[in-house]
Amino acid sequence: MTSDLTSGEQAAAAAVERSAATSQLRFATAGSVDDGKSTLVGRLLHDSKSVLADQLEAVEHASRSRGQEAPDLALLTDGLRAEREQGITIDVAYRYFATPKRRFILADTPGHVQYTRNMVTGASTAELAVVLVDARNGVVEQTRRHAAVAALLRVPHVVLAVNKMDLVDYAEPVFAAIAEEFTTYAASLGVPEITAIPISALAGDNVVTASANMDWYGGPTVLEHLETVPVGTDPSQDPARFPVQYVIRPQTAEHPDYRGYAGQIASGVLRVGDAVTVLPSGRTSAITGIDALGTMVDVAWAPQSVTLTLADDLDISRGDLLAPSDHAPETTRDVEATVCHLHDRPLRVGDRVLLKHTTRTVKAIIKDIPSRLTLADLSHHPAPGELAANDIGRVVLRTSEPLALDAYDASRRTGSFLLLDPADGSTLTAGMAGDSFAAPAKGAEAARDDEGWDF
Amino acid sequence: MTTVTAINAGEGAGLYALAHLDALESEAVHIFREVAGEFERPVILFSGGKDSIVMLHLALKAFAPATVPFSLLHVDTGHNFPEVIAYRDATVARHGLRLHVASVQEFIDDGRLRERPDGTRNPLQTVPLLDAIEKNRFDAVFGGGRRDEEKARAKERVFSLRDEFGGWDPRRQRPELWQLYNGRHSPGEHVRVFPLSNWTELDVWQYIAREKIDLPQIYYAHEREVFRRGGMWLAPGDWGGAKDGETVERRMVRYRTVGDMSCTGAVESDSVSIEQVIDEIAASRLTERGATRADDKLSEAAMEDRKREGYF
Repeated sequence: MTSDLTSGEQAAAAAVERSAATSQLRFATAGSVDDGKSTLVGRLLHDSKSVLADQLEAVEHASRSRGQEAPDLALLTDGLRAEREQGITIDVAYRYFATPKRRFILADTPGHVQYTRNMVTGASTAELAVVLVDARNGVVEQTRRHAAVAALLRVPHVVLAVNKMDLVDYAEPVFAAIAEEFTTYAASLGVPEITAIPISALAGDNVVTASANMDWYGGPTVLEHLETVPVGTDPSQDPARFPVQYVIRPQTAEHPDYRGYAGQIASGVLRVGDAVTVLPSGRTSAITGIDALGTMVDVAWAPQSVTLTLADDLDISRGDLLAPSDHAPETTRDVEATVCHLHDRPLRVGDRVLLKHTTRTVKAIIKDIPSRLTLADLSHHPAPGELAANDIGRVVLRTSEPLALDAYDASRRTGSFLLLDPADGSTLTAGMAGDSFAAPAKGAEAARDDEGWDF
Repeated sequence: MTTVTAINAGEGAGLYALAHLDALESEAVHIFREVAGEFERPVILFSGGKDSIVMLHLALKAFAPATVPFSLLHVDTGHNFPEVIAYRDATVARHGLRLHVASVQEFIDDGRLRERPDGTRNPLQTVPLLDAIEKNRFDAVFGGGRRDEEKARAKERVFSLRDEFGGWDPRRQRPELWQLYNGRHSPGEHVRVFPLSNWTELDVWQYIAREKIDLPQIYYAHEREVFRRGGMWLAPGDWGGAKDGETVERRMVRYRTVGDMSCTGAVESDSVSIEQVIDEIAASRLTERGATRADDKLSEAAMEDRKREGYF
């Protein structure tokens, strides 16, 4: 319908199209109550001009009524009354801001020790994690915990923000020592990409604007790094996975025989003509059509929501998984995984639970809890018997039906699952299938490589 | 008409990056389909406002070429803009959907609710909403709420469990990880679902422009009789009008949100096209609700308190 638009309208439409075509980065922050995390987030929002006049006015008003002189930027983000009263952040909060280059979804997670589960939650969808340390204290136990959670959840990029540089006279050696220690540690956990940035959230150094106080630092500011870090993975490197969410059958005069399999591509790339296997049944067919929300396409990729049609009339329903016939996952009823327990009721050996994996929910029994991990020093506590809230450990499960489960380190989306309480539906536990550093080395006390470890 | 826009997402992303609107659209469609797969009686809250219009558009896409397997529910304060009610009815008819209306006026008429001294009816919506949910046994209720709207909403889940009183306890919400949404609930409980959780006001407008979605005309600049109250331009109507000392005048205005006429303010604007509206919003220095909703200004914790009562 563009033909009857004036050139002015076309230009305007093109401008809208352009402004809408930016990438999106989901990231998470972690830091303890005193590291200045709320101030960093407030500063990011404020200095990127994402705080609007009425929000700032409300913050200034609240700051004045508490007798503070300067507006307390932390108030921009501390949302609930209980938190304002206690001056802490008690849950994951999501914040949104944008620059001309990119749009951001921030999972702002409390760093307090008992809130491991919140950081796990925030990190589960994050492509980047910002770990905050106080330049005066350096890498502390809490920092190691944050690094370990980011590594376990396989967050691809980690930023170490060394905050309060103004309190150490902006001294380069202080920053360099902390950066070195953290990078060595996080790399040993398998974090693929680490960037260290010296900042002062309070004064604004290197958050959005480059610091005049640290001309020895030649790298990007926090925001510049967030704007340029690569988003997403290249789906063409991953095998395709398509969990069926819903079967679309209009059964109308117009579409008497239409049968479409609706879902979101969990990983990889799908093309018309691809030979696919349906799991767990093992039946095979070929993709005859891909409907990308109203447009018929030849190719689609994660994380697009699409509807597929197949060459054969197979019995396929919600909970089935379509995968390329030459790259189908194994199915299993025996699951070994690293978990973070989320609920106040402990998880015990023998518990009967529901396991939710992609679009499939099956019954499961906790067969064994071989070990619990101490996040601070990565030591293993064998056979703990149960996992309490915020515990991370290893779990062995047996399921009532086979699951097409990938290892979490191969696919965050098809390697993750939840355990639910069959009685009241509560979310109990977050699970990551396959191996991780939370598992004790096979073969009793294998000698550990001491390089880079500081016990 | 949808085309996946190629974008530069930084090195290493290759050919397969998704523009943020495509990512948000796919996520919202995924949420609608999850609910269709896991619930018995879902309903979409539909007010004829732009967020609920975008929600319905996404639901239509999620199930095409079949129809949307949900009905619609409008909690009618009795103080709605006539243009919006007309739009609502035309939309329902065009897509062959079923609309339930829960009427605040009926609850006032039969004494189950009492008019507030200030005349605003937004806070009165909770009781008719919960009554409709209970009567129709709705187990999933889609709302257009966005996490960027207000600080208390920043902590809202995509799937938000409510007890039989509709209450929301921020400390009792389930952790939500990856894209795994837990919709399990006991009889009497229901789940509020927010497919637009991760959208911002600008995203919604850009999506409306991209998809060429028709909106009620009051979202675009038009000349209207308004008067000033509490720092906002209000439009007189059946709900009431100017009091002593308030002067009615004709001005070019548009609405950024659409709600109860008694507490939804207009902004002065010359933006008659969607492109102009988007430019205006992108340049705006006031958040959507701060500029136009009196009820959110009541107190710093107003929204948090109302959510606890079962309001959205």
